[in-house]
Amino acid sequence: MNRKRLIWVPLIIFAVLALVSIIGLTRPNDPTIRSHLIGEALPDFALPASQAGKPGLATADFRQGRPRLLNVFASWCVPCAAEAPQLRQLAEAGVPIDAIAIRDRPADTARFLARYGDPYARIADDKDSSVQLALGSSGVPETFVIDGKGVIRHQHIGDIRPEDVPGILSALQAAQ
Amino acid sequence: MKRALIALALIAAAPALADSSLPPAALANTQLPDPKQEAAAKALMVTLRCLVCQGQSIADSDAEIAGDMRALVRRRIQAGEKPEDIRQWLIARYGNWVSYAPPVEPVTWPLWGAPILLLVAGTVIARGSLKRRRRT
Repeated sequence: MNRKRLIWVPLIIFAVLALVSIIGLTRPNDPTIRSHLIGEALPDFALPASQAGKPGLATADFRQGRPRLLNVFASWCVPCAAEAPQLRQLAEAGVPIDAIAIRDRPADTARFLARYGDPYARIADDKDSSVQLALGSSGVPETFVIDGKGVIRHQHIGDIRPEDVPGILSALQAAQ
Repeated sequence: MKRALIALALIAAAPALADSSLPPAALANTQLPDPKQEAAAKALMVTLRCLVCQGQSIADSDAEIAGDMRALVRRRIQAGEKPEDIRQWLIARYGNWVSYAPPVEPVTWPLWGAPILLLVAGTVIARGSLKRRRRT
């Protein structure tokens, strides 16, 4: 009696494994790694200026009572050039945008800004990605919405496409 | 002719760069002077996942961000920080995903429990069949 029932065990194990494989194979792979700091205070940092005539960036700059965008970019990053028109559009709408240039030479950054426009209030120089890692960011470009108290409210991974602009604006609105 | 021209153009074309032009960070590929600290850093680095290559540890990866993560680990070990604190610092930012050492929590209970269950089941089966053999 007991033995007769046992004969089904391998089939059940197989069915469970098959189900797990089918679910795993049909679900599209999503390699984006979100920062776990959403809703947390911006980590403490102070970075030197990347460009002459523009200040560097520190955590205190985000505690001025008004939400700001923090754009993580680099001159060697192609999607960063693709999102430049959208950043300009946001800056023209009156959104203050600060930037951190990752692993960049200031001269290369200057060339990038001259070519694609400079929507930034401040540009910091992060030569060894240390602040990028402190933010929980895993690539360029990424854009964070920081509220007026210095709390991270939203993270946009990848370049900001024209269709992403309303979402960024509403995230800024929500951070008011 | 057209094909040859295309081939020539491909040879001359500059590759699209996805890496910066800066050299690796100071401690990315340099061991710490203190062998004990370097051993601790290395032990931690093989259990941290690279953010962009995702199947490799930061010790194995050639990605720039992996180099920057190695530099971060070595800097902090050199400053006297405990390896587990550095792991927790990264987990706070990237989630458990970044660590190859899964914690014991409800989601991972099957992971930790399965080997024990299988061992118990194996022992029961083995004992059963051995008993039967002895009887015959």
